[in-house]
Amino acid sequence: MTQSVVVQVGQCGNQIGCCFWDLALREHAAVNQKGIYDEAISSFFRNVDTRVVGDGGSISKGKICSLKARAVLIDMEEGVVNEILQGPLRDVFDSKQLITDISGSGNNWAVGHKVFGSLYQEQILEKLRKSAEHCDCLQCFFIIHSMGGGTGSGLGTFLLKLLEDEFPEVYRFVTSVYPSGEDDVITSPYNSILAMKELNEHADCVLPIDNQSLFDIISKIDLMVNSGKLGTTIKPKSLVTSSAGAVKKRHQKPFDAMNNIVANLLLNLTSSARFEGSLNMDLNEISMNLVPFPQLHYLVSSLTPLYTLADVNIPTRRLDQMFSDAFSKDHQLIRADPKHSLYLACALMVRGNVQVSDLRRNIERLKPSLQFVSWNQEGWKTSLCSVPPVGHSHSLLALANNTCVKPTFMELKERFMRLYKKKAHLHHYLQIEGMEESSFMEAVSSLSGLIEEYNQLDATKSMPVEDFPRLSIAV
Amino acid sequence: MSIVTVQLGQCGNQIGFEVFDALYTDSHCPQGLCSKRENEAYQASCKERFFSEEENGVPVARAVLVDMEPKVTNQTLSKAAQSGRWKYGQHSCFCQKQGSGNNWAYGYSVHGPRHEESIMNLIQKEVEKCDSLSGFFIIMSMAGGTGSGLGAFVTQNLQDQYSNSLKMNQIIWPYGTGEVIVQNYNSILTLSHLYRSSDALLVHENDALHKICAKLMNIKQISFSDINQVLAHQLGSVFQPTYSVEGSCHYRRNPLGIDWQVRPPLSGLPTLGKASLNRGLHFNMSIANLVILRGKDVHSADLGGFKDSALYTSWLEPINAFNVWKTQRAFSKYEKSAALVSNSQFLLKPLDTIVGKAWNMFASKAYIHQYTKFGIEEEDFLDSFTLLEQVVASYCNV
Repeated sequence: MTQSVVVQVGQCGNQIGCCFWDLALREHAAVNQKGIYDEAISSFFRNVDTRVVGDGGSISKGKICSLKARAVLIDMEEGVVNEILQGPLRDVFDSKQLITDISGSGNNWAVGHKVFGSLYQEQILEKLRKSAEHCDCLQCFFIIHSMGGGTGSGLGTFLLKLLEDEFPEVYRFVTSVYPSGEDDVITSPYNSILAMKELNEHADCVLPIDNQSLFDIISKIDLMVNSGKLGTTIKPKSLVTSSAGAVKKRHQKPFDAMNNIVANLLLNLTSSARFEGSLNMDLNEISMNLVPFPQLHYLVSSLTPLYTLADVNIPTRRLDQMFSDAFSKDHQLIRADPKHSLYLACALMVRGNVQVSDLRRNIERLKPSLQFVSWNQEGWKTSLCSVPPVGHSHSLLALANNTCVKPTFMELKERFMRLYKKKAHLHHYLQIEGMEESSFMEAVSSLSGLIEEYNQLDATKSMPVEDFPRLSIAV
Repeated sequence: MSIVTVQLGQCGNQIGFEVFDALYTDSHCPQGLCSKRENEAYQASCKERFFSEEENGVPVARAVLVDMEPKVTNQTLSKAAQSGRWKYGQHSCFCQKQGSGNNWAYGYSVHGPRHEESIMNLIQKEVEKCDSLSGFFIIMSMAGGTGSGLGAFVTQNLQDQYSNSLKMNQIIWPYGTGEVIVQNYNSILTLSHLYRSSDALLVHENDALHKICAKLMNIKQISFSDINQVLAHQLGSVFQPTYSVEGSCHYRRNPLGIDWQVRPPLSGLPTLGKASLNRGLHFNMSIANLVILRGKDVHSADLGGFKDSALYTSWLEPINAFNVWKTQRAFSKYEKSAALVSNSQFLLKPLDTIVGKAWNMFASKAYIHQYTKFGIEEEDFLDSFTLLEQVVASYCNV
C-alpha cells in the first residue's frame, strides 16, 4: 500500500485542503469502526504517539493513537493557516509542517514564484523530505492551489519543479482552481498563464476546476432541496457539499460548500487505491491510462450523485441515471461539454455496490453518444471499489481527457492578451528580479502549443475512422 | 504428479482462489456417483496434484501468489484461511507495495528483474514439496501490468529453469469495450512473449464468460466473483483426474498430457497472400480437440460428431487430432458433464481484433512514452506485431 502527501498552497489551496482533511477523517471513521490503524488510513495519515517528546514516534500498527495528516501547508500570509490551527482540525496538523510568511504575494505570480520561491526553497525541501521519510512507499504528491492569485499560483508551481527534481519517481497530481470570467483579481490572467507553463512542463496530471461550475452545482442542489418536490428529503451527510461537522448549511462558511465538492473529488480519486474492490485502480494507473501524450494531461472531472434522496430502494434505473449524469455538462467541475467534444480517454471510478455488469451495460448504452478519437475508440478505464462514500450506497467519478478543456484555455489566453496588449500592470511583474517580457512570451507560446495540439485532435473528429494498413507477412 | 500454480496480479489471484475452491469442493463432494473406492482414488489423485498436506490436516494449495501491491493477496489469503477447508501456504506469497500501474513495461522490465530471485525461490520451494512435478499452471490477465508483464517474465524464467516441465498459461482476454485503455498494447506484448516461452495458452474471454453468466445462468447483477466461478468450474472439470483412453485402472498420471506439439507438414502448403477472414466458415477449423466426460453413462456416450473430418484441417486425420478422456466419477453436483478443450481457429477473430486496435494506436504513437520510459522501445512493439501477424496468418491457413 502506498502513501500520498498533500501540499496545500495559498489561501484557496489551504481552504480546500482543510475541507479535504475533514472529510477524509469522516470517511475513515465510518469505514474503520474498530479504530485500528490500517493500511487504508496510512495512505493519508500517520499514527503518532503524542506522549513521545519531539517528532512523535510513528506507530505503524495497532490502535489509533493520534492521527497526523501527511500534509505540508504553505501560505505567504498567516490568516488562513492560523485559522486552521485554531479550528477543530488543529491536532491533525503537525506544527512543523507549516511554512508561512506575513506579507503575502499581492496576487503577483512573480512574487510567489521568484521571490518567495528562492527565499523558502530550502525550508520547503526540508519539510517535503521529512514527510517523505515518514512514508513507507510514497507514491504521489497532491498539490492544491488556485491559478489566479500569487502564492498558490506562483509558489505552488515553483514547488512542481522542486518535486520533479527531488522526487522524480513520485507522481505530481495538481488540483488547480482556474479563475472564472468575473474574477475580482485583475491580474489573474497573467498569473494563470504563467502558472500554466509550469503545469504543462512539470505536472503529471492536472485536474482543472473552476469556481463558476462549483457554484452552479451548488445552485442546482439548492434548487432540489428547496423545491419541495415529493419525496425529496435528502439523506443526511449525503450532500457532496456538506462538511463533516456541519449539520445545517448556514453554519458553513461561504466557500465551504464549493470546497467540499473538490474534497470529495480527491477522496473518490484515491478510494480504489485505499480500499479493496473487485477491480482496483491505483494512482499510477490514472496517469498510465489517461495521458496518451505527455503534454495532454488535463483531466475533466465529474462527480455523481450530488446527493442521495432518502427513499430507500434504489432501482437499477437510478444507478443508470448516475452514469448518464456523469456525462452531462451540468456535473462537470469545469465549464466544459465533453459530450460534444472529442474524448481521448475516459476513466470511470465506481464506488459501492456496483458490479461489472452494471458498468458494462452503461458503457454500451452511453458509447454511441460520445465521440472517441480514432485510435482509442474503446478507450475506457474502469475500476470498482467496494467501499461507498459516506452517506451513499454508490458513487461515480468520471475523469475524461477530452478536448473540451480547450475553450477554457482559449478564453484564458484571450483575457491575457487583452491585458498584455495594453501592458496593464506589467510593471509589478517586471520589477521582480528574474522576470522579463520574454517570460510572458514563453508562457503564452507554451499555452498556444497546447491549444494547437487540441485543435489538431479536434480536426480528426469528423473524419471517418480508417484502419491503418497492417503488416503483411510472408510465410 | 503435481501441478504448481502461480497466480499473478489481481486477476490471477482472484481466479486462483476460485479454482482451488472449486477443486476442493468437487473432490470432497459426497455424491460421486461411483464406488467408495473409486471416490477415494479420485480424491487422493486430486489432492496430490493440487494440495499438499499440512500437520493439522488442512490441505495447503500448491500455489505461489504474486502481486505488486498487497490488497488482493491479503484478501485472497484470508478468504482461504477463513473457509477452514483449505488454505494457502504461510510463506507462499510475494507482495510489494506499489503496483505496476497497468504498465507492461514496468511489470516486465522493472519488477521482473528486481524480484526475480525472490519469486523464483518461492516457486522452487513449492516445487521441492512435490514428489514429482508435472508442470506449472500460470494464471494471469493480459490487460494489466503485473499479470501481463511480470507474468511474461516469470514464464520466461520458468522456461529457462525448468525446461523439461510443462508450462500452461491461463490467460484472461479482457472485455472488448475496455477495462484498461492500454489493454491492447499489454495484450500483444504478453502474447508475443508467451509464444516464445509457454507450452500452451489456455484462453478465456471476459466477454464470453459474461455472456454465460447472463444468458445461460440468468444472473442479473453479474460480479467478477460470478465470472471467476464460471471459469473455475470449467478449469476444474478439465483438470480433475480422469482415465486415459486405454482404460487403465489408475487415474491418468499426467493431467496436462495433451500432445501440444502439432506441426503442419512443411511441403504442400500454398503460399499465403493477405488472409481473408470473411470466408463464411461454418466451423472453426481445429488442430486438436479433447473431450472430457464425467458422470453417468460415460462409456456409452456417442462422440461420432467429434470425429467428423469437416472439423479438422486437411493435413490431419481426425484420429490423430481427437482425444477423449472419461471417468465415472461425477464432477461437482452434475450427474453428467462434458468439457471440450480445443486448439482451433476460434481465437482468430479476437486476436485479429486486438492486433488491429493495438496497431492503430501504435500508428498514432499514443501512450508509447509510458513504455519507453521503462525500456520497452518501438522496436519491441514491432517485433510483437510481427510475431502475432504470423500467428494470425498460420491459423488462418489451417
